[in-house]
Amino acid sequence: MESSRRGIVYWLLGGGLIGSLASFLYPVLRYIRPPEVAQAAVSEAEVGAVNQFPVNSGKVVRFGSKPVLLIRLASDDWRAFSATCTHLACIVQYQPERQRIWCACHNGVYDLNGRVISGPPPRPLEPFDVHLRDGEVIVSKRA
Amino acid sequence: MRRTITLLLLAAAAAWAQDTCVECHESLEGDLQAPAKAWPNDVHRARGFGCADCHGGDPTAMDPEKAMSRAKGFRGAIRRTQIPNLCARCHSDPDLMHRYDPQQRVDQLAQYRTSIHGKRLAAGDENVATCVDCHSVHDIREVKDPLSPVYPLRIVVTCARCHADEKLMANYNLWATQPEDYKASVHWKALAERGDLSAPSCASCHGNHGATPPQVSSVAAVCGLCHALQEQFFDKSPHYQAFTDLGLSGCVVCHGNHRIEHPTDAMLSVEDGVCGKCHEADSPPGKTAAEIQGMLTKLAEELDRSRAVLDEARTAGIEVSEADVQWAQGREKLLKARVTVHSFDADAVRRDIDEGLKITAAVYQAGLDALKERDRRRLGLVFSLVAIAITIIGLWLAIRSREQRNASRKAAEG
Amino acid sequence: MAPAVIAKIRWWLEDRLGLETVKEFLAHKSVPRHSATMWYYFGGITLFLFGIQVTTGILLLLYYRPSPNEAYESVQFIMTQVDFGWLIRSIHSWAANLMILTAFIHMFSVVFLHAYRAPRELTWLTGIVLLGLALGFGFSGYLLPWNTISYFATRVGTDIAAVVPLIGPPLARFLRGGSDISGGTLTRFFGFHVAVLPGITTLVLLLHLALVQKWNISVPPKVEEEYQRKGQEVPRIPFVPDFVLRELMAWYITLAILGVLAALFPWELGQKADPFAPAPAGIRPEWYFLAPFYTLKLIPSHVWFLEGEVLGVICFGLLAAAWACLPFWASRRDGTIRTRLVTGAGVLLVSYLAVFSALGYWR
Repeated sequence: MESSRRGIVYWLLGGGLIGSLASFLYPVLRYIRPPEVAQAAVSEAEVGAVNQFPVNSGKVVRFGSKPVLLIRLASDDWRAFSATCTHLACIVQYQPERQRIWCACHNGVYDLNGRVISGPPPRPLEPFDVHLRDGEVIVSKRA
Repeated sequence: MRRTITLLLLAAAAAWAQDTCVECHESLEGDLQAPAKAWPNDVHRARGFGCADCHGGDPTAMDPEKAMSRAKGFRGAIRRTQIPNLCARCHSDPDLMHRYDPQQRVDQLAQYRTSIHGKRLAAGDENVATCVDCHSVHDIREVKDPLSPVYPLRIVVTCARCHADEKLMANYNLWATQPEDYKASVHWKALAERGDLSAPSCASCHGNHGATPPQVSSVAAVCGLCHALQEQFFDKSPHYQAFTDLGLSGCVVCHGNHRIEHPTDAMLSVEDGVCGKCHEADSPPGKTAAEIQGMLTKLAEELDRSRAVLDEARTAGIEVSEADVQWAQGREKLLKARVTVHSFDADAVRRDIDEGLKITAAVYQAGLDALKERDRRRLGLVFSLVAIAITIIGLWLAIRSREQRNASRKAAEG
Repeated sequence: MAPAVIAKIRWWLEDRLGLETVKEFLAHKSVPRHSATMWYYFGGITLFLFGIQVTTGILLLLYYRPSPNEAYESVQFIMTQVDFGWLIRSIHSWAANLMILTAFIHMFSVVFLHAYRAPRELTWLTGIVLLGLALGFGFSGYLLPWNTISYFATRVGTDIAAVVPLIGPPLARFLRGGSDISGGTLTRFFGFHVAVLPGITTLVLLLHLALVQKWNISVPPKVEEEYQRKGQEVPRIPFVPDFVLRELMAWYITLAILGVLAALFPWELGQKADPFAPAPAGIRPEWYFLAPFYTLKLIPSHVWFLEGEVLGVICFGLLAAAWACLPFWASRRDGTIRTRLVTGAGVLLVSYLAVFSALGYWR
């Protein structure tokens, strides 16, 4: 009687310990395995191959959680600006025929340096740096 | 060098001497004192102008008789009909104005003469606004000075001083409700509540010196200054010609003029919205309106639905910032569709709506996945807790059995 | 494996490590057991939570990046991309708070059970140092996710450090690594949090444990008297396995609480810090700094010839010093304890902390 009860206690204790240790170790082992997505440097973002962007065109690309307007003016003249209009946070677009940045919401117009030409925007667009690396376009935060 | 100093001294002496007008009027009472009290804040004073530059007379003379003698060109109070010309002596003179500000415009008088105010004044009506009624007098500030009566935030109050006066307006067959209407508008909210100084005040649409109401044909152009896409869509829509033929002024037909409230999807309703004013529910345009309204409502509902799921996941501590960004893009599509509405083309609107619906479907799925993740986490927690509980029970039993053994051993010893 | 081989390995190790002595020592170690024994476990729980902090802290180091451009994003990465990253971070945050809570409970149980008395003055002092180190861990770790709340709370915190007389301004500069919170501050706080503080804490902790071992666990004077009156010895239980089993149970209960908190209320990340944004309304530090924070807010800006904040900081400094010296003013010349005085002071301090923390939280 006594020994069978002690047996139960040991089973409970052993099972519980093994089970709980497993439940602690499992998350840790999963945690130390690096995830598929590389931990990208957040100060820059690869936004696509060079040939995806025709000359005199603009495209809104993702920079972290923020949209960035990438403009290719000439084959080697790239510009990038925050695509969020400084007026009411609409997404701005590039107008190739007039070579300017335009916000459709309230007709705000910026030049190709991000400065406000006309309309309601109170501030210029924040500029980003653009680099090319192995045929990839890299947008990075301006220090 | 010495000459410069002498000149400076002379200028200082002159400035000192000018004060006789102010000095004397400060000690007077009522209307005669008020200009002297207001004067320190005047932009003209800061630029070195004095009372005599408008009112004439001799500001250096201590004797009132001499200071205000007609012989010295003293004009006294300026007649209202003469005010625009008086101000224009300087303000229409490019050479003079550009000395103070090379960017300064000098066409204010010319503009004023084209305005209703200017025309009526020319006809001898002294009740209309002249320069000083808007810009104030004796304490005239720069337009960019927040205390100026023509600063964007204060301009409606300035206009309302006359345009909200029913008796005065009745003389001109005008309503006096525009200032109140405007203050209920989305534009005043943007200006006053959000502090967006680029939002339109009275003068943004009516002009300032050349104040006239925009003509029926030019309303769309005025609104299109900011609402460019809406104007483009509208100009290509069937309404453009129809409204022109009927003599209706574009945007105003649906949105009103001064009381422009935030538009809603319900405005498209044929029963109680603006479309129903002209169109029957079972007519083809009425059906288009209902269809467009249905699409907008659908996307708005989908956005709300996915928002709710995301919020639920977030309160459970699941990170959904990625889906949040997507959701914002979906919302962007709804806003775009609401602009496209001005084409009154159901197919064009559907293109935007479909893009939005695709996004909201993905976002909703992401939200559901997040909720599943929450459930998985809770399941894991339950498993871990069960194991912990079993261990605790085991420990407790082990402690108790040892204690019992000790007690029985003690009893045996005792 | 043949039993002979195992025996051989055992003897080999025994010759080199002297495990028998440890076994012998553990077999004979016992701890007193009485009505207030329950409070003993809080020291052990604090130690356990510190162990969890070290473990989860090392795990977080695998992905965390201590620079203002990357700190927030790397924590976000941990919480969204890394398997169970949310759990590890949440446990680290929750265990930090629980550890400070249990450290406080441990300290006040020592006060109310008068365990600080001779010869345990140094145990008390090292304990106070450990509490200070724990608060330092909390303060430096709070900034590391580089979110809005932590950014401004750190600014307020270092502003308070700046008003310490004489050494204040250089101290604040040293803490911030400059005149304002910046990337330099983050680097520094990271260094304090993962290198300086753990190093010092390990040393002081070992000393604290060695002292506990040397003088054993104290028996409250009241309990001692009671047994003396009955002419009995205070009962003891063996350290192994009785006490260990009980301690283990306490740790497992702590684990269960920690698991529930971490899984059901994952620690939020908030918004990324923006040094140019205006301070958001309702900035307040972590709960364990609330009482002094709220008190400083209450003191008028000028008291006599002193600035209110300076006065407050001086008062807190003196108060902390007096509290650290508690074993010395608590005993009379003849060696007896001013139990009523100490209990009174303890009750006062607990009620002050409770009331002002609550006020600071809800006001």
